[in-house]
Amino acid sequence: MNSKDIEIILHRLACELIENHNDFSNTVLIGLQPRGSYLANRLAKLLKTEYNIKNLELGLLDITFYRDDFRRKETPLAAETTEMNFLIEDKKVVIIDDVLFSGRSIRAALTAIQSYGRPENIELLVLIDRRFSRHLPIQPDYRGRQVDAINEEKVLVTWTESHKKDAVFIEPT
Amino acid sequence: MSELSVEHLLGIKYLKPNDIDVIFKTADHFKEVINRPIKKVPSLRDITIANLFFENSTRTKLSFELAEKRLSADVINFSAGQSSVKKGETLIDTVNNILAMKVDIVVMRHGNVGAGVFLSKHVDAKIINAGDGTHEHPTQALLDSYSIREKLGTVKGKKIVIIGDILHSRVALSNIFALQLQGAQVKVCGPTTLIPKHIASLGVTVETNLKKALEWCDVANVLRVQHERMDIKYFPSTREYTQLYGINQEILDNLGKKLVIMHPGPINRGVEITSDVADSNDSIILNQVENGVAVRMAVIYLLAQQIKR
Repeated sequence: MNSKDIEIILHRLACELIENHNDFSNTVLIGLQPRGSYLANRLAKLLKTEYNIKNLELGLLDITFYRDDFRRKETPLAAETTEMNFLIEDKKVVIIDDVLFSGRSIRAALTAIQSYGRPENIELLVLIDRRFSRHLPIQPDYRGRQVDAINEEKVLVTWTESHKKDAVFIEPT
Repeated sequence: MSELSVEHLLGIKYLKPNDIDVIFKTADHFKEVINRPIKKVPSLRDITIANLFFENSTRTKLSFELAEKRLSADVINFSAGQSSVKKGETLIDTVNNILAMKVDIVVMRHGNVGAGVFLSKHVDAKIINAGDGTHEHPTQALLDSYSIREKLGTVKGKKIVIIGDILHSRVALSNIFALQLQGAQVKVCGPTTLIPKHIASLGVTVETNLKKALEWCDVANVLRVQHERMDIKYFPSTREYTQLYGINQEILDNLGKKLVIMHPGPINRGVEITSDVADSNDSIILNQVENGVAVRMAVIYLLAQQIKR
Protein backbone atom coordinates (compact mmCIF):
# COMPACT_ATOMS: atom_id res chain seq x y z
CA MET A 1 0.00 0.00 0.00
CA ASN A 2 1.37 3.40 -0.91
CA SER A 3 0.69 6.85 0.51
CA LYS A 4 -2.23 7.47 -1.89
CA ASP A 5 -4.03 4.32 -0.69
CA ILE A 6 -3.43 5.30 2.93
CA GLU A 7 -4.69 8.82 2.29
CA ILE A 8 -7.98 7.49 0.86
CA ILE A 9 -8.38 5.06 3.76
CA LEU A 10 -7.74 7.78 6.35
CA HIS A 11 -10.49 9.91 4.80
CA ARG A 12 -12.89 6.98 4.82
CA LEU A 13 -12.09 6.16 8.45
CA ALA A 14 -12.59 9.81 9.41
CA CYS A 15 -16.00 9.82 7.72
CA GLU A 16 -17.00 6.59 9.44
CA LEU A 17 -16.03 8.10 12.78
CA ILE A 18 -18.09 11.23 12.09
CA GLU A 19 -21.06 9.04 11.14
CA ASN A 20 -21.04 7.49 14.61
CA HIS A 21 -19.72 10.33 16.76
CA ASN A 22 -21.14 13.53 15.16
CA ASP A 23 -19.20 16.45 16.61
CA PHE A 24 -17.10 14.31 19.01
CA SER A 25 -18.39 16.27 22.00
CA ASN A 26 -18.59 13.10 24.11
CA THR A 27 -15.88 11.10 22.36
CA VAL A 28 -12.17 10.70 22.97
CA LEU A 29 -9.62 9.16 20.63
CA ILE A 30 -6.84 7.15 22.23
CA GLY A 31 -3.79 6.13 20.24
CA LEU A 32 -1.76 3.20 21.54
CA GLN A 33 1.93 3.96 22.00
CA PRO A 34 4.14 3.83 20.14
CA ARG A 35 2.82 2.92 16.69
CA GLY A 36 -0.88 3.65 17.09
CA SER A 37 -0.17 7.24 18.05
CA TYR A 38 1.01 8.13 14.53
CA LEU A 39 -2.32 6.98 13.12
CA ALA A 40 -4.26 8.69 15.93
CA ASN A 41 -2.43 11.99 15.41
CA ARG A 42 -2.99 11.80 11.66
CA LEU A 43 -6.70 11.07 12.02
CA ALA A 44 -7.13 13.83 14.59
CA LYS A 45 -5.41 16.31 12.29
CA LEU A 46 -7.61 15.24 9.38
CA LEU A 47 -10.80 15.56 11.43
CA LYS A 48 -9.81 19.02 12.60
CA THR A 49 -8.63 20.50 9.30
CA GLU A 50 -10.71 18.76 6.64
CA TYR A 51 -13.89 18.02 8.53
CA ASN A 52 -13.97 21.03 10.84
CA ILE A 53 -14.26 19.09 14.09
CA LYS A 54 -13.49 21.29 17.07
CA ASN A 55 -12.67 20.26 20.64
CA LEU A 56 -11.39 16.88 19.60
CA GLU A 57 -9.80 15.11 22.55
CA LEU A 58 -6.83 12.90 21.79
CA GLY A 59 -4.86 10.81 24.25
CA LEU A 60 -1.81 8.62 23.86
CA LEU A 61 -1.76 5.53 26.03
CA ASP A 62 1.20 3.30 26.82
CA ILE A 63 0.21 -0.27 27.67
CA THR A 64 3.62 -1.69 28.63
CA PHE A 65 2.72 -2.25 32.29
CA TYR A 66 -0.50 -4.06 31.31
CA ARG A 67 1.00 -6.49 28.81
CA ASP A 68 0.66 -10.20 29.44
CA ASP A 69 4.16 -11.07 28.23
CA PHE A 70 6.13 -9.41 31.07
CA ARG A 71 9.07 -11.71 31.95
CA ARG A 72 8.17 -14.00 29.05
CA LYS A 73 10.28 -12.25 26.44
CA GLU A 74 14.02 -12.21 26.01
CA THR A 75 14.17 -8.48 25.36
CA PRO A 76 12.89 -6.23 28.13
CA LEU A 77 9.76 -4.19 27.51
CA ALA A 78 10.50 -0.48 27.35
CA ALA A 79 7.70 1.91 28.20
CA GLU A 80 6.68 5.02 26.25
CA THR A 81 5.07 8.14 27.61
CA THR A 82 1.37 8.26 28.33
CA GLU A 83 -0.40 11.52 27.60
CA MET A 84 -3.93 11.37 28.92
CA ASN A 85 -5.02 14.79 30.09
CA PHE A 86 -8.65 13.90 30.64
CA LEU A 87 -10.84 11.34 32.34
CA ILE A 88 -12.97 8.99 30.30
CA GLU A 89 -15.84 8.57 32.75
CA ASP A 90 -19.04 8.16 30.67
CA LYS A 91 -17.18 9.05 27.46
CA LYS A 92 -17.21 7.13 24.20
CA VAL A 93 -13.69 5.88 23.63
CA VAL A 94 -12.13 4.93 20.30
CA ILE A 95 -8.90 2.96 20.65
CA ILE A 96 -6.61 3.45 17.66
CA ASP A 97 -3.78 1.14 16.61
CA ASP A 98 -1.97 0.47 13.37
CA VAL A 99 -2.10 -3.32 13.04
CA LEU A 100 -4.50 -5.72 14.74
CA PHE A 101 -2.83 -9.10 15.00
CA SER A 102 -3.27 -11.32 18.06
CA GLY A 103 -5.52 -8.88 19.90
CA ARG A 104 -3.34 -9.04 23.02
CA SER A 105 -2.31 -5.37 22.87
CA ILE A 106 -5.96 -4.40 22.68
CA ARG A 107 -6.71 -6.64 25.67
CA ALA A 108 -3.99 -4.78 27.60
CA ALA A 109 -5.35 -1.43 26.43
CA LEU A 110 -8.85 -2.35 27.62
CA THR A 111 -7.43 -2.98 31.10
CA ALA A 112 -5.26 0.16 31.04
CA ILE A 113 -8.19 2.36 30.05
CA GLN A 114 -10.07 1.34 33.18
CA SER A 115 -7.48 3.32 35.20
CA TYR A 116 -8.98 6.51 33.79
CA GLY A 117 -12.59 5.82 34.66
CA ARG A 118 -15.58 3.86 33.35
CA PRO A 119 -16.29 4.78 29.73
CA GLU A 120 -19.75 4.58 28.16
CA ASN A 121 -18.39 2.31 25.47
CA ILE A 122 -15.14 1.45 23.74
CA GLU A 123 -14.61 0.97 20.01
CA LEU A 124 -11.56 -0.16 18.09
CA LEU A 125 -10.13 1.41 14.95
CA VAL A 126 -7.21 -0.17 13.10
CA LEU A 127 -5.51 0.59 9.83
CA ILE A 128 -4.66 -3.04 9.10
CA ASP A 129 -6.70 -6.00 10.27
CA ARG A 130 -4.77 -9.25 9.91
CA ARG A 131 -7.42 -11.91 9.44
CA PHE A 132 -7.28 -15.39 10.96
CA SER A 133 -4.55 -14.43 13.43
CA ARG A 134 -6.46 -13.61 16.59
CA HIS A 135 -5.62 -15.18 19.96
CA LEU A 136 -8.55 -13.44 21.64
CA PRO A 137 -12.15 -12.69 20.68
CA ILE A 138 -11.45 -9.06 19.65
CA GLN A 139 -12.60 -7.51 16.36
CA PRO A 140 -12.26 -3.95 15.05
CA ASP A 141 -15.25 -1.60 14.62
CA TYR A 142 -13.43 0.43 11.97
CA ARG A 143 -10.83 -1.14 9.73
CA GLY A 144 -8.71 0.37 7.01
CA ARG A 145 -7.84 -2.78 5.08
CA GLN A 146 -8.02 -6.49 5.76
CA VAL A 147 -4.85 -8.39 5.11
CA ASP A 148 -4.14 -12.10 4.90
CA ALA A 149 -0.57 -12.90 5.85
CA ILE A 150 0.95 -16.07 7.17
CA ASN A 151 1.78 -15.89 10.84
CA GLU A 152 5.55 -15.71 10.42
CA GLU A 153 5.28 -12.70 8.13
CA LYS A 154 5.32 -9.21 9.55
CA VAL A 155 2.98 -6.42 8.55
CA LEU A 156 4.79 -3.13 8.86
CA VAL A 157 3.22 0.32 8.70
CA THR A 158 5.54 3.29 8.19
CA TRP A 159 4.61 6.94 8.54
CA THR A 160 6.05 10.13 7.13
CA GLU A 161 6.62 11.31 10.71
CA SER A 162 8.83 8.36 11.59
CA HIS A 163 10.08 6.77 8.37
CA LYS A 164 9.76 9.54 5.77
CA LYS A 165 7.03 7.67 3.87
CA ASP A 166 3.46 6.49 4.37
CA ALA A 167 3.35 2.85 3.40
CA VAL A 168 2.30 -0.64 4.44
CA PHE A 169 4.53 -3.62 3.73
CA ILE A 170 4.30 -7.32 4.26
CA GLU A 171 7.76 -8.45 5.27
CA PRO A 172 8.56 -12.08 4.48
CA THR A 173 10.50 -13.97 7.12
CA MET B 1 19.04 0.10 26.73
CA SER B 2 16.25 -0.46 29.16
CA GLU B 3 17.90 -3.00 31.42
CA LEU B 4 19.88 -2.70 34.64
CA SER B 5 23.47 -3.89 34.63
CA VAL B 6 23.10 -5.28 38.15
CA GLU B 7 21.12 -8.23 39.50
CA HIS B 8 20.39 -6.69 42.90
CA LEU B 9 20.22 -3.14 44.17
CA LEU B 10 22.77 -3.37 46.97
CA GLY B 11 24.27 0.07 46.72
CA ILE B 12 24.79 2.96 44.35
CA LYS B 13 28.49 2.12 44.09
CA TYR B 14 27.62 -0.95 42.01
CA LEU B 15 25.61 1.05 39.47
CA LYS B 16 26.68 2.59 36.17
CA PRO B 17 25.48 5.99 34.92
CA ASN B 18 23.17 4.27 32.43
CA ASP B 19 21.45 2.37 35.24
CA ILE B 20 20.43 5.63 36.87
CA ASP B 21 19.14 6.86 33.52
CA VAL B 22 17.06 3.73 33.03
CA ILE B 23 15.65 3.92 36.55
CA PHE B 24 14.70 7.59 36.16
CA LYS B 25 13.05 7.09 32.77
CA THR B 26 11.03 4.20 34.16
CA ALA B 27 10.18 6.26 37.25
CA ASP B 28 8.82 9.01 34.98
CA HIS B 29 6.25 6.54 33.67
CA PHE B 30 5.33 5.38 37.16
CA LYS B 31 4.98 8.93 38.37
CA GLU B 32 2.29 9.35 35.71
CA VAL B 33 0.69 6.10 36.89
CA ILE B 34 0.50 7.16 40.55
CA ASN B 35 -1.24 10.38 39.56
CA ARG B 36 -4.08 8.57 37.79
CA PRO B 37 -7.50 8.04 39.39
CA ILE B 38 -6.59 4.35 39.63
CA LYS B 39 -2.96 4.24 40.64
CA LYS B 40 -2.19 0.65 39.93
CA VAL B 41 -0.74 -1.48 37.15
CA PRO B 42 -0.90 -5.27 36.94
CA SER B 43 2.74 -5.93 35.87
CA LEU B 44 3.93 -7.84 38.94
CA ARG B 45 0.83 -9.98 39.50
CA ASP B 46 2.84 -13.16 39.92
CA ILE B 47 5.69 -11.74 42.01
CA THR B 48 5.93 -11.99 45.78
CA ILE B 49 8.02 -9.52 47.74
CA ALA B 50 9.16 -9.75 51.36
CA ASN B 51 9.95 -6.56 53.24
CA LEU B 52 12.40 -7.45 55.97
CA PHE B 53 13.02 -4.60 58.35
CA PHE B 54 15.52 -5.50 61.04
CA GLU B 55 15.74 -1.82 61.91
CA ASN B 56 13.00 0.73 62.46
CA SER B 57 11.54 2.60 59.54
CA THR B 58 8.31 4.39 58.75
CA ARG B 59 8.69 6.25 55.48
CA THR B 60 10.90 3.77 53.63
CA LYS B 61 8.80 0.80 54.65
CA LEU B 62 5.51 2.45 53.72
CA SER B 63 6.99 3.73 50.49
CA PHE B 64 8.28 0.29 49.48
CA GLU B 65 5.02 -1.38 50.44
CA LEU B 66 2.98 1.11 48.45
CA ALA B 67 5.30 0.80 45.45
CA GLU B 68 4.95 -2.99 45.57
CA LYS B 69 1.18 -2.86 45.87
CA ARG B 70 0.85 -0.35 43.03
CA LEU B 71 2.69 -2.87 40.85
CA SER B 72 0.22 -5.55 41.99
CA ALA B 73 2.87 -7.68 43.71
CA ASP B 74 1.98 -9.80 46.72
CA VAL B 75 3.63 -8.38 49.83
CA ILE B 76 4.65 -9.87 53.14
CA ASN B 77 6.07 -7.77 55.93
CA PHE B 78 8.44 -8.57 58.70
CA SER B 79 9.78 -6.47 61.51
CA ALA B 80 12.60 -7.77 63.65
CA GLY B 81 10.89 -6.60 66.80
CA GLN B 82 8.21 -9.28 66.64
CA SER B 83 10.21 -12.13 65.14
CA SER B 84 12.29 -15.21 65.77
CA VAL B 85 15.44 -13.15 65.37
CA LYS B 86 15.06 -12.51 69.06
CA LYS B 87 15.01 -16.28 69.62
CA GLY B 88 18.50 -16.54 68.12
CA GLU B 89 17.84 -17.36 64.47
CA THR B 90 20.57 -16.35 62.01
CA LEU B 91 19.95 -13.97 59.12
CA ILE B 92 20.37 -16.65 56.44
CA ASP B 93 18.01 -19.00 58.26
CA THR B 94 15.40 -16.30 58.67
CA VAL B 95 15.57 -15.35 55.01
CA ASN B 96 15.70 -18.91 53.71
CA ASN B 97 12.61 -19.74 55.71
CA ILE B 98 10.85 -16.83 54.11
CA LEU B 99 12.09 -17.82 50.66
CA ALA B 100 10.74 -21.33 51.20
CA MET B 101 7.36 -19.66 50.97
CA LYS B 102 8.28 -18.78 47.34
CA VAL B 103 9.37 -15.17 47.59
CA ASP B 104 11.00 -13.56 44.52
CA ILE B 105 12.32 -10.26 45.86
CA VAL B 106 13.61 -9.31 49.30
CA VAL B 107 13.68 -5.70 50.43
CA MET B 108 15.89 -5.52 53.48
CA ARG B 109 16.93 -2.97 56.03
CA HIS B 110 19.54 -4.17 58.48
CA GLY B 111 21.71 -2.57 61.12
CA ASN B 112 24.88 -4.25 59.88
CA VAL B 113 26.95 -2.87 57.05
CA GLY B 114 27.01 -5.23 54.06
CA ALA B 115 24.02 -7.31 55.16
CA GLY B 116 22.52 -7.05 51.69
CA VAL B 117 25.72 -8.09 49.92
CA PHE B 118 26.08 -11.04 52.29
CA LEU B 119 22.51 -12.14 51.66
CA SER B 120 22.82 -11.82 47.88
CA LYS B 121 25.64 -14.36 47.95
CA HIS B 122 23.73 -16.93 49.96
CA VAL B 123 20.10 -16.84 48.94
CA ASP B 124 18.28 -17.17 45.64
CA ALA B 125 16.23 -13.97 45.38
CA LYS B 126 16.61 -10.42 44.17
CA ILE B 127 17.84 -8.23 47.01
CA ILE B 128 17.02 -4.55 47.38
CA ASN B 129 18.96 -2.77 50.09
CA ALA B 130 16.68 -0.46 52.04
CA GLY B 131 19.53 0.68 54.26
CA ASP B 132 22.41 -1.28 55.76
CA GLY B 133 23.78 0.30 58.92
CA THR B 134 25.79 3.43 58.20
CA HIS B 135 26.72 2.19 54.72
CA GLU B 136 24.23 2.73 51.88
CA HIS B 137 20.59 3.57 51.30
CA PRO B 138 20.42 3.41 47.50
CA THR B 139 16.72 4.08 46.88
CA GLN B 140 16.88 7.22 49.03
CA ALA B 141 19.79 8.54 46.98
CA LEU B 142 17.97 7.71 43.76
CA LEU B 143 14.83 9.53 44.82
CA ASP B 144 16.90 12.50 46.00
CA SER B 145 18.62 12.78 42.62
CA TYR B 146 15.31 12.21 40.86
CA SER B 147 13.78 15.09 42.83
CA ILE B 148 16.71 17.38 41.98
CA ARG B 149 16.38 16.42 38.32
CA GLU B 150 12.66 17.18 38.48
CA LYS B 151 13.18 20.56 40.14
CA LEU B 152 16.27 21.78 38.27
CA GLY B 153 15.98 19.84 35.00
CA THR B 154 19.26 18.02 35.44
CA VAL B 155 21.70 16.87 38.10
CA LYS B 156 24.77 17.26 35.91
CA GLY B 157 26.96 20.20 36.87
CA LYS B 158 24.84 21.15 39.88
CA LYS B 159 26.43 21.93 43.22
CA ILE B 160 25.00 19.97 46.10
CA VAL B 161 25.95 20.29 49.74
CA ILE B 162 25.05 17.61 52.24
CA ILE B 163 24.78 19.10 55.70
CA GLY B 164 24.87 17.43 59.11
CA ASP B 165 25.77 14.04 60.47
CA ILE B 166 27.77 12.64 57.56
CA LEU B 167 29.56 10.11 59.77
CA HIS B 168 26.50 8.05 60.63
CA SER B 169 24.59 8.66 57.43
CA ARG B 170 24.00 5.99 54.80
CA VAL B 171 21.94 8.59 52.94
CA ALA B 172 25.05 10.80 52.64
CA LEU B 173 27.25 8.03 51.25
CA SER B 174 24.69 6.81 48.71
CA ASN B 175 23.97 10.40 47.71
CA ILE B 176 27.64 11.13 47.14
CA PHE B 177 27.97 8.10 44.85
CA ALA B 178 24.74 8.85 42.98
CA LEU B 179 25.43 12.55 42.48
CA GLN B 180 28.97 11.94 41.29
CA LEU B 181 27.76 9.27 38.83
CA GLN B 182 25.55 11.94 37.31
CA GLY B 183 28.28 14.54 37.14
CA ALA B 184 27.33 16.79 40.05
CA GLN B 185 29.76 18.46 42.46
CA VAL B 186 29.36 17.44 46.08
CA LYS B 187 30.40 19.16 49.26
CA VAL B 188 29.80 17.94 52.79
CA CYS B 189 29.30 20.31 55.69
CA GLY B 190 29.08 19.64 59.42
CA PRO B 191 31.05 19.61 62.64
CA THR B 192 34.49 18.03 62.14
CA THR B 193 33.57 15.25 64.54
CA LEU B 194 30.66 14.18 62.33
CA ILE B 195 32.64 14.14 59.09
CA PRO B 196 34.47 10.89 58.32
CA LYS B 197 38.25 11.24 58.25
CA HIS B 198 38.99 10.22 54.69
CA ILE B 199 35.85 11.47 53.00
CA ALA B 200 37.89 13.69 50.66
CA SER B 201 39.17 10.51 49.02
CA LEU B 202 35.68 10.08 47.56
CA GLY B 203 36.19 13.29 45.62
CA VAL B 204 34.02 15.52 47.77
CA THR B 205 35.10 18.75 49.42
CA VAL B 206 34.67 19.47 53.10
CA GLU B 207 33.40 22.72 54.59
CA THR B 208 32.81 23.39 58.25
CA ASN B 209 31.32 26.85 57.79
CA LEU B 210 27.61 26.56 57.02
CA LYS B 211 27.31 30.00 55.47
CA LYS B 212 30.16 29.40 53.01
CA ALA B 213 28.71 26.04 52.05
CA LEU B 214 25.29 27.55 51.38
CA GLU B 215 26.79 30.36 49.31
CA TRP B 216 28.46 27.77 47.11
CA CYS B 217 25.58 25.39 46.47
CA ASP B 218 22.43 25.07 44.33
CA VAL B 219 20.88 22.39 46.52
CA ALA B 220 21.17 21.83 50.28
CA ASN B 221 20.38 18.31 51.46
CA VAL B 222 19.95 18.55 55.22
CA LEU B 223 20.43 15.43 57.33
CA ARG B 224 19.20 14.54 60.76
CA VAL B 225 21.59 14.15 63.67
CA GLN B 226 21.40 10.44 64.39
CA HIS B 227 21.50 10.40 68.18
CA GLU B 228 20.64 6.69 68.23
CA ARG B 229 23.89 5.81 66.46
CA MET B 230 26.09 7.96 68.69
CA ASP B 231 27.91 6.07 71.39
CA ILE B 232 29.89 9.13 72.50
CA LYS B 233 29.22 12.85 72.42
CA TYR B 234 30.21 14.33 69.07
CA PHE B 235 29.24 17.92 69.89
CA PRO B 236 28.66 19.79 73.17
CA SER B 237 24.91 20.29 72.91
CA THR B 238 22.01 20.17 70.48
CA ARG B 239 21.59 23.90 71.04
CA GLU B 240 25.12 24.58 69.91
CA TYR B 241 24.66 22.34 66.89
CA THR B 242 21.54 24.30 65.91
CA GLN B 243 23.36 27.60 66.27
CA LEU B 244 26.22 26.51 64.03
CA TYR B 245 24.55 24.13 61.57
CA GLY B 246 20.81 24.69 61.85
CA ILE B 247 19.19 26.20 58.76
CA ASN B 248 16.69 29.01 59.27
CA GLN B 249 14.96 31.47 56.97
CA GLU B 250 17.20 34.33 58.02
CA ILE B 251 20.35 32.60 56.82
CA LEU B 252 18.69 31.77 53.50
CA ASP B 253 17.35 35.31 53.03
CA ASN B 254 20.85 36.74 53.52
CA LEU B 255 22.28 34.58 50.73
CA GLY B 256 20.61 36.64 48.01
CA LYS B 257 19.82 33.57 45.92
CA LYS B 258 17.37 30.69 45.87
CA LEU B 259 18.36 27.27 47.11
CA VAL B 260 16.54 23.97 46.84
CA ILE B 261 16.10 22.52 50.31
CA MET B 262 15.92 18.77 50.80
CA HIS B 263 15.66 16.48 53.80
CA PRO B 264 15.37 12.68 53.76
CA GLY B 265 13.30 12.68 56.96
CA PRO B 266 12.51 12.25 59.74
CA ILE B 267 12.92 15.96 60.47
CA ASN B 268 13.88 17.23 63.89
CA ARG B 269 12.16 20.57 63.54
CA GLY B 270 14.09 23.36 65.17
CA VAL B 271 17.33 21.34 65.29
CA GLU B 272 18.84 20.93 61.82
CA ILE B 273 16.10 22.91 60.06
CA THR B 274 13.41 25.31 61.23
CA SER B 275 9.74 24.84 60.42
CA ASP B 276 9.46 27.89 58.15
CA VAL B 277 12.28 26.56 55.94
CA ALA B 278 10.99 23.00 55.92
CA ASP B 279 7.52 24.18 54.88
CA SER B 280 8.66 26.89 52.45
CA ASN B 281 8.27 26.86 48.67
CA ASP B 282 11.98 26.18 48.24
CA SER B 283 11.66 22.94 50.15
CA ILE B 284 11.00 19.81 48.08
CA ILE B 285 10.78 17.51 51.10
CA LEU B 286 7.29 16.24 50.30
CA ASN B 287 8.11 15.89 46.60
CA GLN B 288 10.91 13.59 47.71
CA VAL B 289 8.38 11.40 49.48
CA GLU B 290 6.06 11.28 46.46
CA ASN B 291 8.95 10.55 44.10
CA GLY B 292 10.10 7.82 46.47
CA VAL B 293 7.15 5.66 45.49
CA ALA B 294 7.73 6.18 41.74
CA VAL B 295 11.47 5.51 41.99
CA ARG B 296 10.96 2.38 44.10
CA MET B 297 8.34 1.12 41.63
CA ALA B 298 10.92 1.59 38.88
CA VAL B 299 13.64 -0.30 40.76
CA ILE B 300 11.33 -3.18 41.65
CA TYR B 301 9.91 -3.34 38.11
CA LEU B 302 13.36 -3.38 36.51
CA LEU B 303 14.66 -6.09 38.84
CA ALA B 304 11.50 -8.18 38.48
CA GLN B 305 11.96 -8.03 34.73
CA GLN B 306 15.13 -10.10 35.12
CA ILE B 307 13.43 -12.94 36.97
CA LYS B 308 12.96 -15.76 34.53
CA ARG B 309 9.81 -17.81 34.69
